[in-house]
Amino acid sequence: MTAPRRQRRFPQQEHVPEPPQEEQQPPEGQKKNPERLYVITGPDGVERVELDLVTLIVAHADPPPSASPEQAALLRLCTAPLSVAELSAYLSLPFSVVTVLLTELLTAEQVTARAPIIRQALADRSLLEAVMHGLQKL
Amino acid sequence: MDFKSSDTIPGPRTEDQLPHTAQAAVKIVIVGGFGVGKTTMVGSVSEIKPLTTEETMTQAGVGVDDNYGSDTKTATTVAMDFGRISITDQLVLYLFGTPGQERFWFLWNGLFEGALGAVVLIDTRRLEVSFDVMGRLEERGVPFVVAVNSFPDAPHYPVEELRTALDLSEDIPIIECDARRRASSRDTLMTLMRFLHSLAMTGALR
Repeated sequence: MTAPRRQRRFPQQEHVPEPPQEEQQPPEGQKKNPERLYVITGPDGVERVELDLVTLIVAHADPPPSASPEQAALLRLCTAPLSVAELSAYLSLPFSVVTVLLTELLTAEQVTARAPIIRQALADRSLLEAVMHGLQKL
Repeated sequence: MDFKSSDTIPGPRTEDQLPHTAQAAVKIVIVGGFGVGKTTMVGSVSEIKPLTTEETMTQAGVGVDDNYGSDTKTATTVAMDFGRISITDQLVLYLFGTPGQERFWFLWNGLFEGALGAVVLIDTRRLEVSFDVMGRLEERGVPFVVAVNSFPDAPHYPVEELRTALDLSEDIPIIECDARRRASSRDTLMTLMRFLHSLAMTGALR
């Protein structure tokens, strides 16, 4: 076989720290679309709740009159549970911007978040079996 | 402000809405090089039309990759397609098709860390583009299976030759698939699930 060869790697003992998640704004004057991102996310340093791409968001009520257009749109979208990824897709907003909007709405208790099930050190066999069963029905 | 009026934003179609009983979601990542068929696979098994989430990559990522924009470009939008499969009334599975380069993974919180596992989609015409991603998954302890997307004009190698070339241990499944076909993509996901289940049985999953 003439294909190139790979060498396997192994789990690293120490988890490699990930680059910081904070907004890295390009220098003034180079921003592609500065107004839009600034207006929606608010000033730098805003607190954000840990939200996964597949955290399910559910709105409690109709948007209050005080809601911004983005918040109102978001609240209307998640009258039924919807993942953060889907919200990002439907709103055409970057994931990080949606998490900022959601942080405000979670703080104001206008939405609730249903956390995802993540991979555990000891996998939940019944969960894996449920997923297999669901796939078999496809 | 160019945000669309909230009245005009199309949400999920009524039939695409999740039931209120949906309590939690899990995710599987389909990872591979450009044009290898990630989005095709997501689309062939998803119950919704694949959607796209995006993230803005700023200076941090620029300059690392020669192909990555010009010198004057300081922010780039990176897109990721995904789909959804309802498992039960309570449980939802999301499938994300993501580029193989690790720097994209940081853009979305916990994309790989929380995933049940990954499907590495490969094209035998460009085997080497998948080398790095497999190494990254190994380093992070993310369990994965390898799916060879069968392109008509791609060279066909016996599985054992592929296993040697990819330096994969005996227990890691290598399967052929046709990402365009729903049944084939479903079988690929089933292979991953059975592999995860076997790891859970032996307690090998970190």
